[in-house]
Amino acid sequence: MNHILKIENLHVSVGDKPILRGVNLTIKHGETHALMGPNGSGKSTLGLAIMGHPGYTVTEGSITLDGEDVLAMAPDERARTGIFMAFQRPMAIPGVKMADFLRHATTNVRNPDRKEGEELIPMREFRKELKEKMAHLRMDVEFARRYVNDGFSGGEMKRAEILQLAMLQPKFAVLDETDSGLDADAVRLASESIADIGREKMGLLIITHHDKLLVHNPPEFTHVMLGGRLVETGGKELAVELHEHGYDRIRKSYPEAEAANQEMLAEETAV
Amino acid sequence: MTTTSTLTFDAAGFEAFLASRKDEPQWLTDLRRESFSHADAMDWPARRSEEWIRTDIRTFQIKKFAPPVEATAGDVPAVHQLRDGVEPGGVLETYDSQVISESLDEELAAKGVIFGSLERLCREQPDKVRPFLYTVVDPDYDKFAALHAAFWSGGQFLYVPRGVVIEKPIYLGSTLSDGGTDTAHTLIVLEDGAEATVLHECNSANPEAAGLHMGAVELIQKPGSHLRYVNVQEWGHKTYHFAHQQATIDRDSQLQWTIAAMGSGLSKVNQSVDMVGEGANCQVNGVMFTEGRQHLAYHTQQYHRAPNCHSDFLYKSAQQDKSRTVWRGMIKVDKVAQKTDGYQRNDNLVLSNHSRADSIPGLEIEADDVRCTHGSTTAKVDEEQIFYARCRGFTQKEATRMIVSGFFQQIFDRITIESVRDALAAAIARQVREYE
Ligand SMILES: Nc1ncnc2c1ncn2[C@@H]1O[C@H](COP(=O)(O)OP(=O)(O)OP(=O)(O)O)[C@@H](O)[C@H]1O
Ligand SMILES: [Mg+2]
Repeated sequence: MNHILKIENLHVSVGDKPILRGVNLTIKHGETHALMGPNGSGKSTLGLAIMGHPGYTVTEGSITLDGEDVLAMAPDERARTGIFMAFQRPMAIPGVKMADFLRHATTNVRNPDRKEGEELIPMREFRKELKEKMAHLRMDVEFARRYVNDGFSGGEMKRAEILQLAMLQPKFAVLDETDSGLDADAVRLASESIADIGREKMGLLIITHHDKLLVHNPPEFTHVMLGGRLVETGGKELAVELHEHGYDRIRKSYPEAEAANQEMLAEETAV
Repeated sequence: MTTTSTLTFDAAGFEAFLASRKDEPQWLTDLRRESFSHADAMDWPARRSEEWIRTDIRTFQIKKFAPPVEATAGDVPAVHQLRDGVEPGGVLETYDSQVISESLDEELAAKGVIFGSLERLCREQPDKVRPFLYTVVDPDYDKFAALHAAFWSGGQFLYVPRGVVIEKPIYLGSTLSDGGTDTAHTLIVLEDGAEATVLHECNSANPEAAGLHMGAVELIQKPGSHLRYVNVQEWGHKTYHFAHQQATIDRDSQLQWTIAAMGSGLSKVNQSVDMVGEGANCQVNGVMFTEGRQHLAYHTQQYHRAPNCHSDFLYKSAQQDKSRTVWRGMIKVDKVAQKTDGYQRNDNLVLSNHSRADSIPGLEIEADDVRCTHGSTTAKVDEEQIFYARCRGFTQKEATRMIVSGFFQQIFDRITIESVRDALAAAIARQVREYE
């Protein structure tokens, strides 16, 4: 499998506010990329634009998967072609059980041509698989009976996102701060789980402020985002450096991007 | 319109209606005459009155409808959503409120259960019917109530003697023809310690059918009795639906009343549960799901007239297209009703920019040692929820469908009858639109 997710010169605005200003990034199947950068630099925006959030307008540039135009696809088509994002802030869907949600999601993603109303994957088969995956992630089966993210603790939400990743087995996954809100043990577990799911079976873009997720998932590439641009790319050692020393060096080295970042932050506080 | 008659709900229509009641007992005719004279003297509800201010009936012309003088023949629709997978203990079908078939398990009849056409039983067993008829619903409440009391026909009667437990549900099917009138009266009496489940569904000949339903439901529960009453209302979308539905529940009795209102073009329903004996307990589950230009108004009352009673009313409504729902709730607590535990809530999910939900909770409390809580919420489907689901492979429609059924799930969680849960879920799924 030689899947390639290619992002070229991506510009994204919310309303008329530009956020991403020319992002270039190529992720090959089996690679792990870390994406770091200060708050408000545009990391989540990149993830949301990859998934096709209607509030984020692509004004320039392209995203392709194996040459196919991802931007022309609706969000659910993107999911069905094998793109996944673990949300920084997952949404609660009261009244919908995690298991039912996942059964429907899994059915659609595994059968991309399925029409509305067609059969879901058999209950028995699905339950068995879900149970196994949950055991693997050391999640209580009771979890599947709860309503999607409804009343979940921050940590539970993130673990539920990992469970979805495990069930949907995408070609490419963006993990947006899947480690934040987790205690030390949970981060280790999450990190191991992702490695278990098999990072070699996916292309991974891990957005993080820490280095814990990266311990079991050492990135081949680390990218730094500032002011809506990827200003620097290095290896694993760059992630370590940023985690230990922060972004001072980056901010100084890329004054233009830093200015853009400050501008976005200023607008944010002005709102 | 299938009616060829020119009769309407006036004096001539009333005389023709009476003439068509064969062998009706005098006491019943007297009741009708009295109600008709009251109805005749009453005005239509004033537009500015608090109860009608949100519900405009100016387009309603009663002249377009005929009283059910002659039996209209027609087929009962094939849909029997509440009967699917259920083995009923008794079945009664009406067409334009005339009873067209009735049956009761022999075993239940042997135990003294009485079930069938209310009109027939007024003739055949007046001693069992008369003490209860119109002891709960007020025939003078408004012009609709009075007209119903004068013109009611066919209808259903269920009487469960002391201590008798009916395990199998009793099924009531009401069908209304296009342009027809249904004035059925439902009377259910549970004596001390009796138990029953009644499933009642209302359909029109087709989903777009016009028609008039002017009805009443009376539920009477003696001490320690236990009733589950489910009503799925799917009248055609050009049908007018005016109803007074009331329960009186005595000491230590339990009532679970579920209403799913999805049909009719315009509904105005008054629903009340009066708790008259200590320790009575009622739970009301209401679902309203509207589309097109439907207007559904439910005015609910939980009336605590005795100490230590518990009432729990939950209405959940979702509105599509240009439809509108009105929910007006009232917890009323008499001075004697100390230790009342009352809860009322109405949640709305507004699914279109042109639909609307009015939600007016109310309290009227005269006792001082009570716990009463009420609340209402109105929200739109969250675009972020839709996006999240779409990122998991759901289409826009599947996502909306799921969010809407999730919204109603809290009601389903309270319904203990599986077949009813399934029927409601299916009915809701059928009505979910494709959203932009
Ligand atoms: N929906 C939105 N409406 C308005 N502004 C937005 C929206 N989404 C993002 N922004 C703005 O875009 C900028 C980048 O936000 P983004 O969430 O992508 O940052 P981030 O790098 O993920 O930050 P963090 O590390 O805090 O998660 C911020 O200034 C933010 O306020
Ligand atoms: Mg972010």
